[in-house]
Order: sequence, then structure tokens, then C-alpha cells
Amino acid sequence: MTAMSTVPWLTILGLIPLVGALVVAFVPGSAENAKRMAIGFSLVTLVVGIIAATQFDRASSKQFQLGEQHSWIPQFGVSYALGVDGIALVLILMALVLTPICLLAAWHDVPEEAGPRGGQRVKSYFALILVLETFMVGVFAATDVFLFYVFFEAMLIPVYFLIGRFGGPRRQYAAMKFLLFSLAGGLIMLVAVIALYLQGPGGSDGFLIERLTGLQMDPTTERLLFVGFFFAFAVKAPMVPFHTWLPDAATESSPATATLLVGVLDKVGTFGMIRFCLQLFPEASEWATPVVVALAVISVIYGALLAIGQTDMMRLVSYTSVSHFGFIVLGIFAFTNVGHAGSTLYMVNHGFSTAALFLFAAMLVRRRGSKRIPDFGGWQRITPALAGIFLIAGLSGLGLPGLASFVSEFTVLVGSFPTQPVAAVIATAGIILAALYILLMYKKVMTGPKPEGLVSEREHDRLDEPARRGLTAVRDLTTREKLVAAPLIAAFLVLGFLPNLALNVINPAVDQTLSHVQKAIPNLNPAGTVAEGSSK
Amino acid sequence: MTAVAPLALPTLPAAFQQSNVDYLAILPLLIVFGTALIGVLVEAFASRERRHAIQVTLSVVGLLAAAASIIVAAKHQGLTMGLTDGSTNRQLFALAIDGPALFMQGTILLMGVLGVLTMAERFGGVGPDAFTPSGASTPGSAVETAAARAGALTSEVFPLTMFAIFGMMLFPTTNDLIGMFVALEVLSLPLYILSGLARRRRLLSQEASLKYFLLGAFSSAFFLFGTALLYGYAGSVYFGDLSKAIAAGPLAMNGLLLPGAFLVFVGLLFKVGAVPFHAWTPDVYQGAPTPVTGFMAACTKAAAFGAILRLAYVGLDTGRWEWTNALVLVALLTMVVGAVLSVTQTDMKRLLAYSSIAHAGFILVGVLAFDRKAVGAVLFYLVAYGFSTIAAFAIVSLVRQNGAEATHLSQWAGLGKRYPVVAAAFAFLMLAFAGIPLTSGFVSKFGVFSAAVGTGGATGTVLAVVGVLCSAITVFVYARVIVLMFFSDAPDDGVEVVTPSVSTTFSIAIGTLITLALGVLPSALLDLADRASQFVR
Repeated sequence: MTAMSTVPWLTILGLIPLVGALVVAFVPGSAENAKRMAIGFSLVTLVVGIIAATQFDRASSKQFQLGEQHSWIPQFGVSYALGVDGIALVLILMALVLTPICLLAAWHDVPEEAGPRGGQRVKSYFALILVLETFMVGVFAATDVFLFYVFFEAMLIPVYFLIGRFGGPRRQYAAMKFLLFSLAGGLIMLVAVIALYLQGPGGSDGFLIERLTGLQMDPTTERLLFVGFFFAFAVKAPMVPFHTWLPDAATESSPATATLLVGVLDKVGTFGMIRFCLQLFPEASEWATPVVVALAVISVIYGALLAIGQTDMMRLVSYTSVSHFGFIVLGIFAFTNVGHAGSTLYMVNHGFSTAALFLFAAMLVRRRGSKRIPDFGGWQRITPALAGIFLIAGLSGLGLPGLASFVSEFTVLVGSFPTQPVAAVIATAGIILAALYILLMYKKVMTGPKPEGLVSEREHDRLDEPARRGLTAVRDLTTREKLVAAPLIAAFLVLGFLPNLALNVINPAVDQTLSHVQKAIPNLNPAGTVAEGSSK
Repeated sequence: MTAVAPLALPTLPAAFQQSNVDYLAILPLLIVFGTALIGVLVEAFASRERRHAIQVTLSVVGLLAAAASIIVAAKHQGLTMGLTDGSTNRQLFALAIDGPALFMQGTILLMGVLGVLTMAERFGGVGPDAFTPSGASTPGSAVETAAARAGALTSEVFPLTMFAIFGMMLFPTTNDLIGMFVALEVLSLPLYILSGLARRRRLLSQEASLKYFLLGAFSSAFFLFGTALLYGYAGSVYFGDLSKAIAAGPLAMNGLLLPGAFLVFVGLLFKVGAVPFHAWTPDVYQGAPTPVTGFMAACTKAAAFGAILRLAYVGLDTGRWEWTNALVLVALLTMVVGAVLSVTQTDMKRLLAYSSIAHAGFILVGVLAFDRKAVGAVLFYLVAYGFSTIAAFAIVSLVRQNGAEATHLSQWAGLGKRYPVVAAAFAFLMLAFAGIPLTSGFVSKFGVFSAAVGTGGATGTVLAVVGVLCSAITVFVYARVIVLMFFSDAPDDGVEVVTPSVSTTFSIAIGTLITLALGVLPSALLDLADRASQFVR
């Protein structure tokens, strides 16, 4: 089921940022230098990732490609096994693209302290982000359940430090909440992981996904195992009612951390649902569908309603994610090809649009020194370019046709309508609410009378000395910020007009996954069409 | 007497028979005991200036030699120290040199080396920094000054430690209840003394010593009473006989078996600090000199669990159904109480004490899986936990304020900013205790829990689920320590990390590295533990 690769691409992909992290953290030199090296390492990783992606064969009949497999802890049945299907590949590429963008955006997140070791804090910040990149590659590429679990849990540690050391005033609380929620989910999953192995064929490679797919289990066991896995993923994703850690974590952490947390890490939850819940426990997944779909729809609506009510910009963006994750889960549990493909594409698009919202909002926050929406107003008059990219990010978030999110939102709804018509109809209301929270935020922040005491830099230069008095100049986009914004906006447009670039990679993987489900549930109709005679 | 037919009571042999001893099989024990005796002589004859150096060198060399001699002993496995009763062909051997025994001996020896090295820390003084020459005196009193003037040194801690290590090695090796009792006393008595020798916070130390001694004496009495009852039941104290007697045993005698088994277990569970026999643990861990605490936490636990394993798997295995439920209850209580009470601790040493209680519960979960694989998992757990613990307590002994150890949690605030390396090592050890992947703690927890789910049946699954929930609770505790060290600002009150000598640095480095190595590449030790998991009968 896994096509082995002669070159260990995925290991290399994981190692480059890890080596980078060590270099950045421990090689003496100025903090500026360390930052540049960090970006360099992440760019090299991206290039290698693209080269590896070219080795991926879309027409292959094997589920996983670029595979590697070595015995790791044979006593437990654990292998170091990596491999990607189309779903994992696009998610890894998204992570690799987002990391350098986040590093660039994080340039001034941590002030350099005075003293001979003042740069150390900056260095550890950048090094932790690179460590996180290693784990992000690993968690999507693992084709061994135990290895996946190791990455799933180990990933928490760099994030815990990123939130706790480099966050806002309530960062300790947020970091602890994040850790406890995630670990509680993870440890429940650990019991399920152990029990899953015992259900399987066992042996020294008994944790490989391919050995655990299509097991014959008694329904109660399968359902319990499903619940064990799903709980961890639902906390991670995050779905209502396990979502409360996200707004705190995202608001209190630095914007780059929040981006990687919501944009990439949370995708592990929805990715896990596809890879583990559906593939390993198809019947239990079908059994749980009504509850899961209900929770997904509640997430869509409830997340959007909460977002509308927020006055903190970062908190608003994180609640929009709760809503978006509802869509993704809905598409997954629709059990149709279209829904799955839509969900996977949604994961990628949401990664970019959330990154844009978080990072662009952070640009505003840095200029104003406040996250509160009422502290803004009229900013498009002083920072027109920033207002422009902020609008594009918002429009992408609300699913404007032509921008990336529209395609995926539409596909998810089309894909889930045949099997979950009621849910799809209700979820559609989420799109309307999305327009509401985005446009209301834009209105409050950007439109209206010119803010008092602030003036754009160009106007500031034009004014003479007495007129300047009492006015603070606000810079529009800097070159660095333009570099942050450009690839994100490019991604919106490319994936908005040419979604097939991604869908062609995703579709074979979706078919593979659903074929496992179909083996267990023969009357499943993944094409999503109404079968002949079924209506009679 | 009731009409129950007694099992063949031992009769005196007609002629004197020489005990059958395989000296090479017990070589590690002999080396350690010999080193301890030489240590006593060194105390008497070596000059004051050189005593410390000689004692440390002697102890370390003795321990390493004993560890090396395990390779020899491994070739002479089997029962030894005793004789075969000619008339009934019963084997009456006091020692079982088998995989688990040798594995535990090796573990205790190597952890003992690290323990001795941390005890040897002088911070530039004349004697070990943590100990006082006159434990009974009040700090700064005339008695203490007089003792110092008379040239009293503290190097006797090394022979004491060696005797304790001898007892610890003997504990999982003994094949009968009397031998087990002797080992229990041999390992405990030096520890009672060592606990009371703290140089600073003397009253706490004296309290710890007294408490440990009194409660330890109680538990020994329980053990002995249990032994008497079991002898009454089986007519023998040898584990082999005990097992056979239970298998064939008349139900009418269960009135002796059940309390007997229970009381013997009480004695052993006391040593590992299982709830409800844990009350001494926090006080003793807090009061004892920190290097002794680390040594005790790692080695006593290993030795006592070795003994529990032998009792449960060899001596009382056939009577499992009678006592398992009681032990399941103890395991559940131990995990829950250890985890929940560790949340409220404000003292680092007490926190680690409750953490060790919780860990004892996790290890019991492995013991209760009753499988060869479970034995391997328990052995692995003891190694992993022991090395992490010694390193953790060694780090605790470095964090000081005005020369005394700063064990209150609030004193650790902001440590990561000023001493990033030490704090990072401690944080890593905390993550290992929490069972985060890529540390030894994760592999060991996975081992015992998977054994429990695999062969422990429904009870095992319940134990494993409670185990992971308790792990989640303890994560909060360890994460809080990390929060304090890295995310909080340091109060300006002069808490510092003193620079240790090579010996302590070595202990901390080795403990931390083993914690990492066993997390990333555990298969070699897992393999060894698995091969060493077969008991001889």
C-alpha cells in the first residue's frame, strides 16, 4: 500500500528545520543573523518540499508514496514509517509555505533585550518555530499510528513554549489551558492507540496504518476506539463544545504562533478524522455521523455568532475558525467524494486565509497598540494599502467567488447535500453570517471618519511643523509586510481560479480513503448521487 | 488442631549437609558487601584529609566492579544458597539468580553510582555538603561545634549507602520470605540514618528520620506477621513451596492465606509508597538530604518493586485470585491520590514525592497485568524513572538561596531566564515525568498501560484509563513548574544555581541523557528487559 522512495524525502524535509533550529539557537552571532538563517532554513525546506512533490505520482494505485519504513521499537510493534497521500501532501506543502511567511511576519515580535545574551530570547523564538515545522511535517507524513501519536503529542511542547514565553499578558493561563485540553484529548487517544494495536495483527510492525485498515472488530470495540480517537481530534480541530481553549491560545500568543496553531496544527484534528477515524473505523464513523454532523453544524453557526460579538480582533478571527472547522468536519462526515475533496481543499484554503487575517490584523494591532476593534475606525484613510490587503483577506474568509475559500466552501456544501441535506442547508447560513462578521469588522476598523491624532506618513511629511503637532504618523505597509502579504494573496487567487491544481492531487487520495470505507459499508454511495431505485 | 492435613513439614536432616553456594552467581552481592566493609575500615584508619576521596573512589569503583560482575553472574543463573531436601526432593534455596533479579541488581548498581556521586558533592567544603557530622545536634549548637572541632566527618554516609545498596540488591533476589525480610531491614536501617543527617533544616530531617523509622518498623512488623501466617499456611517460607501449597491448598486454610498475603504485601507496598501506606513519603522526601532523597526514590523503589514482582509472580502466583482485587484497589488509590495531591504542593521535594507516589501507581498497573511482557515493562519503567529522578533531585540540590536549598516553588520563578541550561534540563525531566513522547517517561507509561490493556482484561483496561487520566492531572503539576521557571518573572531575592562539581554535573547529565535516549531509542533496553523477564522457580 506504500510506494517506497529511494530518497528519504520526508525525513529530509523534517530534518532541515530541526537542524536549522539547532543552528539558530546555538550558533553565536547577532539575533538579526539568526532570524535570517531561520528564514533561510525554512525556504530551503520549502524548495526541497516542492522537489519532493514533483516525485509524487498522482496516478499511482498505492495509497502512500515517498514512503520510508524502518523498525523503531519492534517490542511495541512500532515502525518509523513515513509516506504521503494527496491529502497529506497538500497539507505539508501548506505548512511549508506558511512557515517562512510566519517567520517573516514574526520579525519584530520579540524585542531584543539588552546585555550580552539579549538575543537569546529572539533566537529561541525562531528556533521553536522551526522545531514546530519539523513536527508538522512528521505528523502529516506518519503512516504508523504510534509515530503519528508521538508527533501529535510532541508538537504540543514547542507550541506550549511559544505561547507561554512569547505571548500576551494572560499567556500563562492560555498556555496551560492549551496544554491541558490537548493532552487530555491525547491521553484518551493513547488508550485507544494501545487497544487498536491489540485488535490488529500485532507483530513488530503492527502499528502501520496499512496493517490496521480493514480490521474486523466487534461493533462495541470499534465504536469505543472511534470515540477515543475522535475526542482527541475534536479537541484539536476544535469543535464545539471542546473549542474554548482556542480563542485564549490564539489571542494570547504572538500572531505567528497563532497562525501556525490555527492554520496548521488544528488541521491535524480534521486530517486525523479522515486518516484514522474514517479509514480505520468506517462502521463506527457511520454510526457516529448524526452526532458529529450535528456538532459540526453547531460549530458553524455558533462559531460565527460568537465571532460577530467579539470586540477583540484576534479573538474574532479565532472564532471564525471554529465556524470554518465546522464546515470541514461536515464535508468529511458526508461520506462523499466531493465532500471529502472539498474539506481537504478547505483545510488548505483556510490555512492561508486565517494566516492572512491573523497576520494582517497583527499589522494593525502593532500600529495601534490595541487589539480592540472599537479603538480603530477610519484606518483606510491613513493606511490604504493595509486596508486593501485586509479586505482581500476578509473577502477570502467569507468565501467571495474568485478567491480560494469560495471553491472549497461551495464544494463542501455540494458534497454534503446528497447525504446530509438538512445540515448542508443550515450550514449555508454560516456563509451569510461570515459575511456579517467580516464586513462588520472591516466597517468598524477601516471605514468612518479619520481617526483623531493619527495621520498617514505621507501626509505627515507634507505638513509643516506647527500643523504636525499632536499628530502621530502611521506607516503604511513596509517592504517586509508586503513580502508577507504577497504570497498569501497570490495563493488566494491561484487556488481561487485554478483549484484543480490541488484537487487533482487530492482526488485520488479521497477515492482511496473512501474505498476503504466502502469496503466496510457496501451500500455507501460516495459519488453522492441518488442511487436508482433507492427513492422508491 | 483441625483435621486439615499439614503439608509435609520440614524434618531435620539426618546428617549435616553443606549449603550449596554458587559464589560466582552472587559475585555482585559479595563485591558490594565487601566494599561496604572496607569502607568501614577506611573510616577507622584513613587520614581525615583523604577519607572523602578514598570513600568516594572506593564506593564508585566497588559499584562499577559489581555491575561488571553481573555479566559473570548472568552465566550462573538459577537457584543458589541452600540445599535440596533429599527425602522430598524439595529445593530450599534462599536466592534466585535470574533475569529480573540480575536486571534489578544492575539497575540499582548503576543508579547507585549516580546516587553516590551526587552525595559526594562538596561545593568546595571539606565534606559532603548535604550532610552533618552530628545528626542529633541542633544546628549551630555547642554540640555541633564540638563535633566539628573534634574532627568528625561525614564520610560514613558512603559505607552506609553501600550497605543500603547491598540490601536493595538482595531484596529482589531473595527466594524466601525470611530472606526478603532480612533484605528489607538491611536496606532500610542505613536509609533511616541517612535521612536524618541533613545539614540544613535539621528538625525536618530528624522528623523525617524518626517518622521513616517508626512507620518502617511498623511495616516490617506487618511483613513479619504476614510471613508467620503464610508459614502457618504452607509450612514453608520458600516461594516455590508457597506456590505449590496454594495450588494444592485446602480452602479451609484460607483464613491464614488471605491475611498472610495481604500483610506481606503491606510491608512491600509501604516501601514503594503506595496509598494508603504512603504517608511517610512526602515528609521523608522533604526532610532527607536531597541527594539521599534522589537515591532513595530511585533505588528503593526499584528494589521494592523487584520484590513485589517476585512475590506476585513466583510466591503467591497461584493464589492470585485471592489478593488481586485488593492490589487493584491500592493501584487505583495510589494513582489518584498521588496525582491529585501533587496538584496542591508548594514545595518542590514534596511535589516530587507525590509524583513518585503516582508513578508507583502506574508501575503497579504494570505489575497487575500478570504477563511476561508486563514484567519487562515494569523493569523498563523502573530504570527510566530512576535515572530521571536522580537527575531531578540533583538539580533540586543546586538551586539555593543564602546557601540553603530553595525548595519552595515560588523560589523557582524565572529560573529559566537566568540559568537556561539547568532549567531546560529540569523542564525536560518534568516532561519525562509527565509522559510526553520522545522522553523515557512516555515509553515506560506506554509499556505498562499496553501490558495492562493487553493481558489485564477488563480490570487492566480500567486501570489503564484511570492511569492516563491521572497522567493528565500530573501534567498540570509539571507544566506549572515549567510555567514558573520559564514564563514567570524572577523575584529579585537572590535565588541562584550554584555551580556543581564534576560528579554532580555528571549525574545530572547522565540522568538527563538516559531520559532522552530511552525516549528516542528505547528498543535496546526494552529488548534486554524483555529477555530478563523470566523468573526462575
